[in-house]
Amino acid sequence: MTLLDVRTPVARPTTGPLVNQFEFGLDAPICLTWELTYACNLACAHCLSSSGKRDPRELTTEQCEAVIDELQRMQVFYVNIGGGEPTIRPDFWHLLQYAVDHNVGVKFSTNGVRLNPERAAFLASTDYVDVQISLDGATAEVNDYVRGPGSYDTAITALQNLQAAGFKDAKISVVVTRQNVTQLDEFKALADQYGATLRLTRLRPSGRGADVWDELHPLPEQQRVLYDWLMANGDNVLTGDSFFHLAAFGESLPGLNLCGAGRVVCLIDPIGDVYACPFAIHDNFLAGNLLADGGFKQVWQTSELFQELRSPQTSGACTSCQFFDSCRGGCMAAKFFTGLPLDGPDPECVQGYGESALAGDRTIPAASQDHSRTTPGRNQPVMLSLTRRPEFDAGAIEAPPVSACAENPLAGFRL
Amino acid sequence: MLMADPMLAEAWTLSDSVALRPEPFGALAYHFGNRKLTFLKKQQLVDVVNALGESETVADALTRAGIPAAQWPAYVKALRGLAASDMILERNPS
Ligand code: SF4
Ligand code: SF4
Repeated sequence: MTLLDVRTPVARPTTGPLVNQFEFGLDAPICLTWELTYACNLACAHCLSSSGKRDPRELTTEQCEAVIDELQRMQVFYVNIGGGEPTIRPDFWHLLQYAVDHNVGVKFSTNGVRLNPERAAFLASTDYVDVQISLDGATAEVNDYVRGPGSYDTAITALQNLQAAGFKDAKISVVVTRQNVTQLDEFKALADQYGATLRLTRLRPSGRGADVWDELHPLPEQQRVLYDWLMANGDNVLTGDSFFHLAAFGESLPGLNLCGAGRVVCLIDPIGDVYACPFAIHDNFLAGNLLADGGFKQVWQTSELFQELRSPQTSGACTSCQFFDSCRGGCMAAKFFTGLPLDGPDPECVQGYGESALAGDRTIPAASQDHSRTTPGRNQPVMLSLTRRPEFDAGAIEAPPVSACAENPLAGFRL
Repeated sequence: MLMADPMLAEAWTLSDSVALRPEPFGALAYHFGNRKLTFLKKQQLVDVVNALGESETVADALTRAGIPAAQWPAYVKALRGLAASDMILERNPS
């Protein structure tokens, strides 16, 4: 093995690009997502956290405050809050204020359900708070197909309220799919209309996304369209560095070209479980629990899983690829939830190795947990009735917005 | 040798709005005002930045931090980068 492992140094280097430092992990994450609740008013088909029902073990207000205190001590300067739909937690606004008062800036993802004019005015009056509205279609038809009836109107109303209140630079967060990849210019126009910034992220087969990934993920030729669009418009659009697998088309996209899971990226879930990445909610990527294992810092710095993710990795079938340095085999979560080996190509490898890997023998891992509602709700997206896996036919699936992934704070940063 | 950079004779300091988080390679600097994140890739650069406030001039800070004169131009360039994102500020600019 060792001869092939030349690409990952075995000890932390003292010089060279910063990205090599990131491979070995940092003392605290720089891209921390915290999902406050698994409860959600929506039931998006591709929800990364299979949200819907509140988990009775959800952290209490006091426990959440203690987490914020610890983040302040660790100098985690901001956190991406998501869910579920975080704003339906009754103490959401209190926790937002508490975080900001403790030097922990907040960006939260919402489907917009609680962003009435009063809340919009409150948000406009705060510093250090960013708001990200999830929208997965530039038209109601395309959006509601995956996010459920009425969800487009909810999001647009929220954007209108924010704009009317004078909130500057909201984010419109779009998960790029086969259905909406043709609407990129329209999304940009919408963002401009509301004085917002467009943020595009990659669809991963995580959570309920695993059930619909085959139908929703962009086709190979669409990946090229997306890459070209990002090359032409990338300067004014955020991506959370989530498309680095597209770097194998040629020129690298700006930002961090590295899977940050457990190294600079991490998730705290509603019950205090700590996972390597928001897109990796599965027992295999569970590092510990901040209540049971001595706090977040302890888990982040000492968990066996994270130590492993920060140690040299093999690159398997990607080893001989000339684009390895910019693509690095793509997204760990995308490989895992499609049943591909973690040290091989990404399922959407633009050199075509993903398709052949997908065509081979593979077993899609069973979900470790599911907070989807078990009774049909009126917000249930229609597509579910068309594409639901047979084993789910016993009940309808309800769930929430795709929340912030790794919005990487390094996006656009020259490394 | 080229003309000495005028910055060497100026007085600078780390901005009050900036927090430095120690990291194995150096530090991560975060500006609470403009929310910019910057990486100080060397411990020596962290030492220089920390010495700025209590030094008469940038040259003094470099000396205090034990930076050999031959490397000063590289450090001045890094400091200019930090100045561009308001991480460090000039004291009493005339
Ligand atoms: S697992 Fe995928 S989404 Fe998570 S940090 Fe790695 S590349 Fe990003
Ligand atoms: S073979 Fe691996 S490194 Fe090369 S483009 Fe495909 S996923 Fe990326």
